[in-house]
Amino acid sequence: MEALLRIEHLSKSFPGVKANDDISIEVHKGEIVALLGENGAGKSTLVKSVFGLVKPDSGTITIKGEEIEPGDTAAAIRHGVGMVHQHFQLVPVMSVVENIILGDEPHKGVFVTKKAAREEVIALSARYGLEVDPDAFVEDLPVGIQQRIEILKALRKDIDLLILDEPSAVLTPHEIDELLEVIRKLAASGVGILFITHKLHEVMAVADRVVVLRNGKLVGTTTPKETNEEGLAQMMVGRNVVLSVEKGPARAKEVALEIKDLSVKDDRHLDAVTHFSLEVRAGEILGIAGVEGNGQRELVEAICGMRHRQTGTVKVSGKESPDMDPRGVHLMGVSHIPEDREKDGLVSSYSIADNLTLNQFNLKPFSVKGIRDFNARDEYADRLVKEFDIRTPSFQNSASSLSGGNKQKVVVARELTQNSHVIVASQPTRGVDVGSIEFIHKQLISARDGGAAVLLVSAELDEILSLSDRIAVMFGGKIVAIIDGQDADRQYVGRLMAGLSG
Amino acid sequence: MLKRFNIKPWQLILGVVLLGVWIYCYIANTDITNSVVASGMRFGMPLALAAMVGIMCERSGVINIGIEGTMLLSGFTGFYIASWSKNIVAGLMIAILTGILTSFVHAMMTIQWKMDQIIAGTIINILASGLTSFLYKQGSTIPNSWPIFDIPILGQIPFIGHAFFTQQGPIQYLGLILIPAIWVMMYKTRWGLRTRAVGENPGSADTAGVSVIKVRMINVMFGGAIGGFVGGFICLELVGSFSKEFTAGSGFTALALMIFGRWNPMGAFAAAILFGLAQALSTQLQIFGVTNIPNQFITMLPYVFTIVVLAVSAGKVRPPAAAGKSYEKEQA
Repeated sequence: MEALLRIEHLSKSFPGVKANDDISIEVHKGEIVALLGENGAGKSTLVKSVFGLVKPDSGTITIKGEEIEPGDTAAAIRHGVGMVHQHFQLVPVMSVVENIILGDEPHKGVFVTKKAAREEVIALSARYGLEVDPDAFVEDLPVGIQQRIEILKALRKDIDLLILDEPSAVLTPHEIDELLEVIRKLAASGVGILFITHKLHEVMAVADRVVVLRNGKLVGTTTPKETNEEGLAQMMVGRNVVLSVEKGPARAKEVALEIKDLSVKDDRHLDAVTHFSLEVRAGEILGIAGVEGNGQRELVEAICGMRHRQTGTVKVSGKESPDMDPRGVHLMGVSHIPEDREKDGLVSSYSIADNLTLNQFNLKPFSVKGIRDFNARDEYADRLVKEFDIRTPSFQNSASSLSGGNKQKVVVARELTQNSHVIVASQPTRGVDVGSIEFIHKQLISARDGGAAVLLVSAELDEILSLSDRIAVMFGGKIVAIIDGQDADRQYVGRLMAGLSG
Repeated sequence: MLKRFNIKPWQLILGVVLLGVWIYCYIANTDITNSVVASGMRFGMPLALAAMVGIMCERSGVINIGIEGTMLLSGFTGFYIASWSKNIVAGLMIAILTGILTSFVHAMMTIQWKMDQIIAGTIINILASGLTSFLYKQGSTIPNSWPIFDIPILGQIPFIGHAFFTQQGPIQYLGLILIPAIWVMMYKTRWGLRTRAVGENPGSADTAGVSVIKVRMINVMFGGAIGGFVGGFICLELVGSFSKEFTAGSGFTALALMIFGRWNPMGAFAAAILFGLAQALSTQLQIFGVTNIPNQFITMLPYVFTIVVLAVSAGKVRPPAAAGKSYEKEQA
């Protein structure tokens, strides 16, 4: 049978990296193919080549037997390729209808026929069972729904091949289940699906075939039946990966972080955290489980001095930490791995070395009597780049040149090497590949064993369950339960997260 | 309703108050009110059209501070061509062509070569100012300007008819059609939808198969055509001559009005007319010889008005998200 998509000998280089090196893949009608690989393995480049967003240096892309023009998005769309991007490509100030019809608007002459467009969108969402409010503005919708709009946008074009670039990275567990269901339904209706993910259990759950890339090369093709999660991880990283976290029992000591009666408002001035109290002891990892948007972000920002505390106090090692003073909080011995590394964790245009010393560049040994010592900085950066396996040609390169996972490693390296009393880690492994996840987890545990109090916030329930010594479940800005990490049950925590009483 | 048209309550209140004042004055002294409103229209129209240039560009994601220079250059070429050929229509055509060419240079710099947009606009302004001053020749005249005429029927409408549809030249009337046409284009057509998408999130347009570069180039050049039209309008109809630096900062005032009008053609039009009225009023006060207020303060009136209005509305406005940013396809 003629393959739906055939990529042959595709290569693409960017300055300093060979992103894709002689890759050949096929996708058939109704088949779900998962594309696996570490950060920077070249998965995104590959699918972008198929969609014409990247022009390959050599190789051919054939769809339904016809070779398509490289680097031409319009041609890819004409040949029935649809793509859901990792970063949503939506116009926030426009309505759902406007976003979906953009580029191929129902029209009479030069005018957009709004009524016909609206009806079309309603019919489309009914046909695939993807419910959306056609008149809502995109910026008012949660990410799960925004992604649904992206999928509808792609489906509208009667596509044969749907590409999903890390579709589950930003979704809650419930939304992920829904997404996988949609993927299965689409495949059953004959659409070929090529999707990128880091999450091995998703691959095991839906994929018919798995293609693994490493350092831009194709390392193998397999099926979920022939392998397991460990096997996939090993293919990706090229060595054995321990998926389960190995850690000894916690030796909790005195209270290092004490939050009392904390209330915080969100960006829209609504109550996000209400009268929140919690203690984290030195030498333990306390995980905060919860569906995103239940006040975790605001809580973390208030602890780290980035958001005003309406009521309550935060004490670090017994002393009250200042409100709205991130530097002051940091100097008291609090490290912070922020949720949004691009916005709060890095200065993208600065070098990796500068980013690694971002909160201590003015302290000894990086500055002596107010003059910076670049040798000290470079030595330190060189050490951390090696120690944390930050993949870059040089630490003098700008942070923006790194792939997402390596950016995260820069933040983690900076924050975990300062002997802090308290470490606040928010989504520390978001968008990071399995090899790096394993590494970051080990670092967090060794920080704990070194006597730091670790407050871990994550939307990944598995991460919380495997790392935490105690688990606080957060719902609606409050803690609904604190349970022991040892005997936490996935189902039980999941119900608590959903606001059910267990 | 208010949300849909993005009108803030205080804007509505301002509008109602002004309307009330207008009606009151109209009843109290129809003639003077009519002439003030009509001259407000005359002052406001070039600014409104210049604001359209800004809207066309910024809605598609290109900040154009070179409106000033575009108008200056087109007014210059338009006037001298009209003077040389003794033909005003030829002058206007050349003015529009100059506008297109000037904005083409701007578009190449900002869209193709991805230069900083503020610098590109500044280049246009400096170039225009230098070139027109250098080549300026005194004593040229153009043939009789087009007749000023009333539009039948529409001009008879009580209250608004006199202000909008009498005692103006053809270009002024053309502007009255052009502005709503741009509004319709922006909000009702496919091109408008794409333009707004490109100005908000070019990535979304690109992935939907819309060429960001093409949309931006065409919008900027269309904006340039309007800029040329305004330059020609001022030199050939409104003033009837070219003088050095005749734009006198109006290109920047237009940008302020565009912001006040929230990048909406009708909003900017309303803002421009309001500004024109303030100017007409200050002229009127001078004519009446209001002597207890120093003259300088009265001349300041429209500018103070702009500053106050901008200060009040600033911080609440939301420019097109991608304005000022060159578009690069995402890599790796």
